[in-house]
Amino acid sequence: MKFVSRLNLVWLCAAMIIAGPVAAQNAVEQGLTIAKERKARDSGWNNSVASMTMTLRNSQGQEATREMRVSSLEMQQDGDKALTVFDSPRDVAGTAFLSFSHAMEADEQWIYLPAVKRVKRIASRNKSGPFMSSEFAFEDMTSFEVEKFTYNFLREDKYEGEKVFVMEQMPQDEFSGYSKQIVWIDQAHYRVRKVEFFDRKGDALKTLEFEDYQSHEIDGKQFWRPYRSFMYNQQTGKSTELKTNSLEFEQGLDESDFDKNSLRRAR
Amino acid sequence: MQKLPGWMKWCLHSPKFAILLFIALCAVTATGASQLYFRGDYKVFFEPDNPQRKAFEDMQNIFNKSENVSFLVVPAAPTVYQSDTFRLIHELTEDAWQLPLSTRVESISNYQHTYAEADDLVVTDLITSGQYGRPHIQWVREVVQSTPEIDGRLVSRNGEVAVINATIQLPDGDQTKEVIEIADYARQLQDKYQQQFPDHAIYLTGMVIMNDAFAVAAQDDAQTLIPAMFVVITIMIALLTRSIVAALATLVIVASCIAVTMGLAGWAGLFLSTATVNVPTMVMTLAVADCIHVIVSFRQFARQGMAKHEALAESLKVNTKPIVITSVTTAIGFLMLNFSAVPILADLGNMTAVGVMLACLFSLTVLPAMLNLAPLRVPGAPKHNASRYHKAGEWVCQRHRRILPVSLLVVAVSLVFSANNELNDIAVKYFGESSTFRQAVNVQEDTMGGMSNIDFVIYTDQEYGVNDPTVLHQVDELTNWLNQQPEVHHVTSFSDTIKRLNMNMNNDDPDYYRIPENKEIASQYLLLYEMSLPYGLDLNNQIDINKSAVRIVAVLDNLGSNEFTAFESRARTWFAGVAPDLRMEAASPPLMFAHIGARNMQSMVWGTILALVLISGLIIIALRSWRLGLVSLLTNLIPAGIGFGVWGMFSGQINMALSVVLSMTMGIIVDDTVHFLAKYQLARQQGQSVRDAIIYTFTTVGQALVTTTLVLAAGFGILTLSSFRLNSDMGALTVIIIVAALVVDLLFLPAFLMWLDKDKSQSRGTQNEIRE
Repeated sequence: MKFVSRLNLVWLCAAMIIAGPVAAQNAVEQGLTIAKERKARDSGWNNSVASMTMTLRNSQGQEATREMRVSSLEMQQDGDKALTVFDSPRDVAGTAFLSFSHAMEADEQWIYLPAVKRVKRIASRNKSGPFMSSEFAFEDMTSFEVEKFTYNFLREDKYEGEKVFVMEQMPQDEFSGYSKQIVWIDQAHYRVRKVEFFDRKGDALKTLEFEDYQSHEIDGKQFWRPYRSFMYNQQTGKSTELKTNSLEFEQGLDESDFDKNSLRRAR
Repeated sequence: MQKLPGWMKWCLHSPKFAILLFIALCAVTATGASQLYFRGDYKVFFEPDNPQRKAFEDMQNIFNKSENVSFLVVPAAPTVYQSDTFRLIHELTEDAWQLPLSTRVESISNYQHTYAEADDLVVTDLITSGQYGRPHIQWVREVVQSTPEIDGRLVSRNGEVAVINATIQLPDGDQTKEVIEIADYARQLQDKYQQQFPDHAIYLTGMVIMNDAFAVAAQDDAQTLIPAMFVVITIMIALLTRSIVAALATLVIVASCIAVTMGLAGWAGLFLSTATVNVPTMVMTLAVADCIHVIVSFRQFARQGMAKHEALAESLKVNTKPIVITSVTTAIGFLMLNFSAVPILADLGNMTAVGVMLACLFSLTVLPAMLNLAPLRVPGAPKHNASRYHKAGEWVCQRHRRILPVSLLVVAVSLVFSANNELNDIAVKYFGESSTFRQAVNVQEDTMGGMSNIDFVIYTDQEYGVNDPTVLHQVDELTNWLNQQPEVHHVTSFSDTIKRLNMNMNNDDPDYYRIPENKEIASQYLLLYEMSLPYGLDLNNQIDINKSAVRIVAVLDNLGSNEFTAFESRARTWFAGVAPDLRMEAASPPLMFAHIGARNMQSMVWGTILALVLISGLIIIALRSWRLGLVSLLTNLIPAGIGFGVWGMFSGQINMALSVVLSMTMGIIVDDTVHFLAKYQLARQQGQSVRDAIIYTFTTVGQALVTTTLVLAAGFGILTLSSFRLNSDMGALTVIIIVAALVVDLLFLPAFLMWLDKDKSQSRGTQNEIRE
């Protein structure tokens, strides 16, 4: 009897040693599968034009707003391209910002300054830096690419009454400002509902919530876009709200609308 | 002598019940002590509505916080421009991001240097991994020397020290736990790099380290001063009673006073701080004095052949009135600390006042009950003490004509020297030279020149207003003006950044190192620059989110309070002349400390005046004599005058703790006067001559006065051992004043009475003069 129970114990240990990594392996695979599905559900929208309002708030209650128009072009083999034109504040109105996001290499960015009528290239190492002094970093604004992260599935959960997947994603780029992100993705449409960002020392930094998702039908496929995103910085108490005022797809944009010359033309 | 009140008799007659009641009371109240917590941050020195604190907190909400940890890297070689040091700076900068709650790390390694290349604006770290070679070092040196934003801030002007500065975002409210955690992590980094780079010394400074040093100072005081005080009590009791039972009884009273006081403080929701951590020492001192009065008289009566019970009752009869008067006046003095502008000093006053009254109650009830129960032997001792005081009295009376002018001279000289005193609240100088924090501050002072900053914020109240060339020129003028002031070591200003950007955008042409022509250009250059900065190195610490306000940081010598606030108003006046329509605010922790000293002194003057009025009223009522009441006013004021005179002679530095010493010692000074005048009055009423009355007073209260002064001087003397100057200075000045009070009461007061009363007695006779 004693012998049998000891044998059981050995088996149990062996099973645990084998099963541990297997479970981890599964979590990584499951995470990757979800990420791939998320990307797949969102491909095929081709191009869009949106007008947006960004509202910055600090812990003193001060507010600042920025109006902008964003044209986006989906790229099949690479990250997306985006052209942003600022309409306010007045002193930077007409400033245009062009970015090519890449899956594996550093993003490329240019800015057009109307006051001196010149296009300047922006350092590529700034992806962790704030976009327009908001709580959004450049890397939060660029398109989602599966290769940018490694994944770890955490659990299934409920978020605002809907079933979601909760998983971790770790940035691959050494210049990222984050050690990891935790994302809540709904199971029905694979839309990101919430993201928690952790800084390089592993502390909670910011929370991003996506709200007011609206669907757009393009070639018979449903694409969901959040009309309100809210980023809150837990460390400084500052926040940024990004509201979409209008969003149109199928605007007939192509790559020629996203180069340095188009940057000069943008108004 | 009046009869004992019934409840005091009850304690003496039913000692067991009294002690049981006492134990129950202690048990219930003392549990409150478990609710006490410790706060080590510097904000405990300021009321929440303190104007400088508010200005600073508003500024912190608009801009990023400026609480920081600074690593000072001092290479053995005379310069930081060498390969090893570069590697150290680069690696330590990377590691400093791991400091808990850090939001920003700055050093010459990650400084975002900008230059023009072809038609691009290059924004890059000054030192990236592996860039430790000679040509690169030379390039960095040239960049640093031409960049006012870093020269003198991240590297000393002579290049012998480099600074790695981490900005910390502390939570609101009690931050002690976080502060200790951050400081511990910083020390780990310090140790690690000190070992890896033995040719370098690394020092830690900054606000967070200072907060930690406050906590460490309080802990040190608790660990060294409290044991020291118990040693002193034991010695005092051994010398004064020569009885183990008496010593044990006194210790029980002392311990219970402390426990109940701290317990009540806990129930009241108070917390411990660098100031209130010394409440036990003070309560102990006053409790011992009370107990010794009761025990010494009891033994005197017992020696005269009275039964134990009788001797105790007799001792209570003679001691109740003086102990109550002393306790009440001392408590009033401590309660006057509520007028202090510094909340923790008010807490200290309230807690000690409660402790003093408890000591009074316990020494008059529980102590006799315990002595009554305990087995006591009464040794017969020779009585040469009394004759010694008798002789002293005669000596004073014989020489009163000489003593009086000498005393007046001493008072005059003291008043002259007390003018030497200068308000000086420099928080970093509260720490003694032995503290590691102070040593780091000294190194910083020697190499970088001071660490006191004033943050000037210019509000334009307009979106993108800071990019207006008019405003930029005014900011630039302010920057230049600040740089020209002899006490200023470094100025961080946005005007330098925008001038550099203008130059970069024009192919690094030095002619363009100037403010851009118009607002659009400035705004767009700034946008481009901001879009190029990585995480944690943005301009939010200099410009608000609306671009309507700009913060300019000036680093000054560690000046005294008056010079510091004078500099502030000089800058305000100058700027109002240059830019009358712009609103400018100045704020910083050193400025908060500079203002608090003056505010505290002001409010304490009122507190002291009120204390004087109350106490004089009490004395007049207790002695039932206007004349002696007014005499007591004089003897109450002179010791304080002498105390501050002596202080002016040897130190002259007045900090916020010293401005409260006057209120605090008031009660103790009064005690001496009251004892003296009460006995003198008694003798005069019995028809004795002035001279005989004075000698009688010497023989009856001389010993008690000397004893209490010795006990109190020893107790407060312990505080002088503190390495924290607020406490050690408070202890030293208190000792000086109470010793001065004793000398005044034993020399000046009798001489003065001889002069005052003799004149009158010759003209109108003695008896009529004393009013009842």
